[in-house]
Amino acid sequence: MRVGVVTFPGSLDDVDATRAVRIAGHESVALWHGDHDLRGVDAVILPGGFSYGDYLRCGAISRFAPVMTEVIDAAGRGMPVLGICNGFQILCESHLLPGALIRNDHRRFVCRDQRLRLDNTDTAWTSAYSPGAEITVVLKNGEGSYVADQPTLDRLEGEGRVVARYLDGNPNGSLHDIAGIANDEGNVVGLMPHPEHAVEDLCGPGADGLGFFTSLLESRVGAS
Amino acid sequence: MPKREILDPQGKAVLGALPRLGFFGVTDVRQGKRFELEIEGEPPEEMLEQARRMAETLLSNPVIEDFHVSLVDSVGPVERRPEPVEGTTP
Repeated sequence: MRVGVVTFPGSLDDVDATRAVRIAGHESVALWHGDHDLRGVDAVILPGGFSYGDYLRCGAISRFAPVMTEVIDAAGRGMPVLGICNGFQILCESHLLPGALIRNDHRRFVCRDQRLRLDNTDTAWTSAYSPGAEITVVLKNGEGSYVADQPTLDRLEGEGRVVARYLDGNPNGSLHDIAGIANDEGNVVGLMPHPEHAVEDLCGPGADGLGFFTSLLESRVGAS
Repeated sequence: MPKREILDPQGKAVLGALPRLGFFGVTDVRQGKRFELEIEGEPPEEMLEQARRMAETLLSNPVIEDFHVSLVDSVGPVERRPEPVEGTTP
């Protein structure tokens, strides 16, 4: 598949995301925030970082970047979109995913290897994992506390849209230990931890994160 | 302002700092943002409506924040602001 990785001003993890895409056997395509063009890709990744310096609110300005018009359109047509960390914040600001991410409850930046349980393996980005799989990937964020009102949380839980949950203690105050969620179609996934930093044994906590990128191969959600 | 039901870690940090500085009796602090939008002359009603739409779409995130829009008189161009008197807080 051709997988686009968007670079915003202030993106940090676009290169690692690109590398993860290639290691998973896909062709990576660099996408630029200022272009109204997805260059014919089959899937899009919004990488981590501090786009626009996190000014105003994390992801608030990126949401109005020219490329996001195309990303939001394509997501509505079923194209797989994965937002990691800052990308997750952008997806929430874009209303492609419900809720919001606020400052960690303990007010400190957290950077550590994090165990997760995958509670939904039917999404375009998690189908390579077995249900309930426990993985360890990198977590690094200052504003990673997932919040939503009770009806939204009830809906996410009721529809099985919580994709990943933190294990071994909640690192940032996220409600229901939520580390990642999906839209109702399962093509859009937002994730606070970083699977793209865990795709090779040489560095990082292992290769547990690779499944997010290989999932696209066996995904049931086809790109339009 | 962050909605009441949303945890405000920054407000909590300020709340924790106040007693350390000898300020007592404050039971809660919440921290928000204020935007000053300057326009020329008397604003037409549609301008206020537009400001509300700005607040809704960009300036605030209605999922976690409440906002209100109010009209205040400008103090005039910055260079004509009175100089603060030395030794007082402007």
